Amino acid sequence: MIFSLAIYGAPFSSQSSDTAYQFACALLEQGHSLHRVFFYHDGVYNGSTLATPPQDERNIPASWSQLAEQHGLDLVICVAAGLRRGMLDATESDRWEKPSHNLEQGFTLSGLGQLIEATMVSDRMITFGN
Amino acid sequence: MILHTVNRSPFGSDCLQSCLDIATIDSGVILIEDGVYCALANTELTELISTALTRHKIYVLSPDLQARGIADAVAEGIEAVDYAGFVELCTQFDKVVSWY
Amino acid sequence: MTEQQPDPKKILFLNRRAPYGSSLPREALDAVLMASAFGQEITLVFLEDGVFQLKKQQDPSNIEMKNFSKTFGALALYGVESVYVEQRSMEKRGLTLDQLLIPAKIIQSSELGALLEEQDQVLSF
Repeated sequence: MIFSLAIYGAPFSSQSSDTAYQFACALLEQGHSLHRVFFYHDGVYNGSTLATPPQDERNIPASWSQLAEQHGLDLVICVAAGLRRGMLDATESDRWEKPSHNLEQGFTLSGLGQLIEATMVSDRMITFGN
Repeated sequence: MILHTVNRSPFGSDCLQSCLDIATIDSGVILIEDGVYCALANTELTELISTALTRHKIYVLSPDLQARGIADAVAEGIEAVDYAGFVELCTQFDKVVSWY
Repeated sequence: MTEQQPDPKKILFLNRRAPYGSSLPREALDAVLMASAFGQEITLVFLEDGVFQLKKQQDPSNIEMKNFSKTFGALALYGVESVYVEQRSMEKRGLTLDQLLIPAKIIQSSELGALLEEQDQVLSF
């Protein structure tokens, strides 16, 4: 079965991205496919490569990144919601003449159309609210 | 048939009540995150939950129960599942509606 | 328009938050507009504090935010005409239909379950 997930909670603030991550691992283990994980609202912070939790704690952005690499996942951060909250890749950083960028490997910035497309093509769209 | 997810405590949010007001008979409810407090036995919700159990199958996410120290205090009739069980429920129902 | 045109899906947006205090309502509306650009069959439901999103006379100029409620008036132009407000949410908050920005249908919570079941997907905000 084809799943997509929408995540609206900030990591380390709300449990929603932890739950979504465990859910993603479980569905992949069962052989389902994960079409896309779409990060919107405060969920965009899941893509910050600058997140620096203490070493004995889980690093949520790094966990997503590793999962994406293992399974070829499409981790999409809404570009409008992301830019507002300071989530920039190299291209956006150049465009807006910012001093740095902070998108974790495996994540991409893209439009809200990716949420709707995922809703259209997936058998199950699961929202993990904040 | 819908599987509803509820992630808020019933003691500070309308999520559970709204979900139960709307859920059609035989739809499922899974309690996750702070929503697991809805599953507690011997609270002011006992009647609401026992009525809901006559119409719906209610599940609760066991890692979230355990984290909160209430794994042994779940009302009778509510079934604990792990993440794999949560995924399976999502496939058994037609769609998932989130209350948060 | 894209070359391939899959059948439109029935997508219901469930709006439960008041405007301005959270950005979710504005972000939900952006998603509604995007879904309409994709030609989907859209239904909007306003429940609990979500009904406040449709209140007339919103003016956030003094809190330096955009008045996104104006966009609700344009929804019909985007082909989004299926708009419901839940009866008890309205009553509890002392709201009546004439205080809303756009024509909306009153729906009972008992009917809402059936409406949700008819959809292909439900997006909650």
